[in-house]
Amino acid sequence: MSGPSDFQPSNPALQWIERRLPIMGLVHSSFVVYPTPRNLNYWWTFGAILSFMLGMQILTGVILAMHYTPHADLAFKSVELIVRDVNYGWLLRNMHACGASMFFFAVYVHMLRGLYYGSYKEPREVLWILGVIIYLLMMATGFMGYVLPWGQMSFWGATVITNLFSAIPYFGESIVTLLWGGYSVGNPTLNRFFSLHYLLPFVIAGVVVLHVWALHVAGQNNPDGVEPKTEKDTVPFTPHATIKDGFGVACFLLLYAWFIFYMPNYLGDADNYIPANPGVTPPHIVPEWYYLPFYAILRSIPNKLAGVIGMFSAIIVLVFLPWLDSAKTRSSKYRPLAKQFFWIFVAVCILLGYLGAQPPEGIYVIAGRVLTVCYFAYFLIVLPLLSRIETPRPVPNSISEAILAKSGKAAASIAVALVAASALFLGSLQDARAEEGGPKPPANKWSFAGPFGTYDRAALQRGLKVYKEVCSNCHGLSYIAFRNLAEAGGPGYSVAQAAAFASDYKIKDGPNDQGDMFERAGRPADYFPSPFPNEQAARAANGGAAPPDLSLITKARSYGRGFPWFIFDFFTQYQEQGPDYVSAVLQGFEDKVPEGVTIPEGSYYNKYFPGHAIKMPKPLSDGQVTYDDGSPATVAQYAKDVTTFLMWTAEPHMEARKRLGFQVFIFLIIFAFLMYFTKKKVWADSH
Amino acid sequence: MTTASSADHPTRRDFLFVATGAAAAVGGAAALWPFISQMNPDASTIAAGAPIEVDLSPVAEGQDIKVFWRGKPIYISHRTKKQIDEARAVPVASLPDPQPDDARVKAGHEQWLVVIGICTHLGCIPIAHEGNYDGFFCPCHGSQYDSSGRIRQGPAPANLPVPPYNFVSDTKIQIG
Repeated sequence: MSGPSDFQPSNPALQWIERRLPIMGLVHSSFVVYPTPRNLNYWWTFGAILSFMLGMQILTGVILAMHYTPHADLAFKSVELIVRDVNYGWLLRNMHACGASMFFFAVYVHMLRGLYYGSYKEPREVLWILGVIIYLLMMATGFMGYVLPWGQMSFWGATVITNLFSAIPYFGESIVTLLWGGYSVGNPTLNRFFSLHYLLPFVIAGVVVLHVWALHVAGQNNPDGVEPKTEKDTVPFTPHATIKDGFGVACFLLLYAWFIFYMPNYLGDADNYIPANPGVTPPHIVPEWYYLPFYAILRSIPNKLAGVIGMFSAIIVLVFLPWLDSAKTRSSKYRPLAKQFFWIFVAVCILLGYLGAQPPEGIYVIAGRVLTVCYFAYFLIVLPLLSRIETPRPVPNSISEAILAKSGKAAASIAVALVAASALFLGSLQDARAEEGGPKPPANKWSFAGPFGTYDRAALQRGLKVYKEVCSNCHGLSYIAFRNLAEAGGPGYSVAQAAAFASDYKIKDGPNDQGDMFERAGRPADYFPSPFPNEQAARAANGGAAPPDLSLITKARSYGRGFPWFIFDFFTQYQEQGPDYVSAVLQGFEDKVPEGVTIPEGSYYNKYFPGHAIKMPKPLSDGQVTYDDGSPATVAQYAKDVTTFLMWTAEPHMEARKRLGFQVFIFLIIFAFLMYFTKKKVWADSH
Repeated sequence: MTTASSADHPTRRDFLFVATGAAAAVGGAAALWPFISQMNPDASTIAAGAPIEVDLSPVAEGQDIKVFWRGKPIYISHRTKKQIDEARAVPVASLPDPQPDDARVKAGHEQWLVVIGICTHLGCIPIAHEGNYDGFFCPCHGSQYDSSGRIRQGPAPANLPVPPYNFVSDTKIQIG
């Protein structure tokens, strides 16, 4: 990648290969002796982090594809089976899902780094444009991957985004039909998205190779934006950059593991735990946090076609950046005005992200329009203007000179980094259902909350009893098999007890040799039977509202936490919106409808249910279920127990997740320290 | 270089490098485990491999039935007296894979032969009641098994394996 190498292996066999294919020389010249500027700061480590994340996503993705079924009827269930039954499937799935967020977080830091230090300027324009292409491919890949679990948000996200193309004049409808492979989003769409989601990461990897090639031709930019002039300005890539990047990756792994093991659903949307339903749209369709700024731009423009053009332009404008900003000085370090506008631009992006998660009404619309104008103004007005009027500070003559003049600005940049990092999580999902839902559910004390949370076995067993005697009359529990009752981290029954519990149930089986269906006693491998043979029967028996399956209910229900709570939640690991909501709804029934509220015939008033009119009559009353362990037979206790049980059905491996997480954290902290001191040693002679 | 490292004078730098390298190796190896372990059968597959019960009462003498257990075809033959006698008359030492017939059936239930119907050569399914030995014939490469499921001729190296099973009653077996 950087000219002919003088690398000569000593082993004759390797020499034989090297004469015919100088691949070791290529690696040696690109990643060992390659001269890297000596003044790079930690913003430059995100390139390595991105390579690592791409590898991680491809590795976990290929493995998930071994267990996933790309069919509209089976996809959702196959994802649940991965999480529940495959060895470490929950871990691999969390790695992949959180990995997508981490990948985008890293790419945004990487892009803003390039923006701030002028990495797009001559002679690095092609390098920059290749980067924009990678980003576009990432967005396409991320979007298609999000469709695969075939939950509500997958399905409606696919519907909304593919419908964007219908804005194209004259050809729009035909293009959308072509994308769908049908009359609407359906199985053909899912199938092709799976194929492309598998393919595109390898295309990304290919363009990354070109990106790195272009980088090694032009050489790396650096914080001072002056090209290396002498030997003194650079250090060999290995060990200096490798160990520094290794330390960077180790620190990044801490953040990544925080999400994988403790906040796996923090960045996701509860709606995606509801299987796709073409007949019901979620109240708020929100993309994942990393697309929110563009979603906000799309919604700000009141014309369909213009909105689509605006959204795509927001990305395409980056291609023209090298020519829009014609300032000779590369680094904003020496451009006082550009530096200020850069941070304003970062704030604009974060605020756009916040707006993208809000409902498009009132002040949010106006703010969205103002910020959209600001976003484009930065590229089309501010940067071109600044390049003509700004007087930059003098740049140092060389990198080594800049290092000698270095003052203690590290603390400031670390502070900025932390602020930027935490602010980026502003995009975490806020569904505005709380506004419709009235009072927020009260927070309970759950045994399973927090980093060391475990399930209360007695509560699980009581909750199972409540489910069996009350809930199971209308609600299924299709993802739970009787054998699960005897598994580690569950209610703690023995295998024999689970088998005995199963044999109380009548399971429909067949056809037998005569071709007839028959009933038999349940076995541990059977799943809890549903009270109704099909959804239509459930609907007909319950006043038109089908009682949802309860397996995932505590993950599929949530309420908006609102600003600034969701930022605190990241640190406190509050993940109990679902259980708090479920137990609140069970206790939120009121016989008397409040003054001035009318609810439809055949529905019941519930304080916490969104819209307050619920089709389910009050399910629990005091003394209804007999507890044999002396626990109070009250609605509050029933609600708590059954919610605990339903939390376990939603995530049977939660205890394993938190236990492994703790071990991983201990290791990573030790490892990060070791890497830090090793890095210090390696760099000791170079400063 | 501030400290010259050498083999006989390990320095602090050497120790740090070795410790970091060791931690990376241990972490990498541990991280590899889930990626390999996921390929093993998952919990639902294991649960689906539970024992099955087969009712033998409808199976007439001389008839063979095929049932599936853990994805494998299991042949259950109701052997005739002729078949049993043939199987018992063969000198065991002359067989490619020596095994007496009574070691392959349950005492008191000699008329029932239960074997996994997968040819021990390359995994094809032999056809029951075919071949020169009143047993099984595998059409893929011509392996022939006798009425005890033992290999008699052809490329297969071993007898048809007998799955774990037991008689729940005289007319019912549990496989697995």
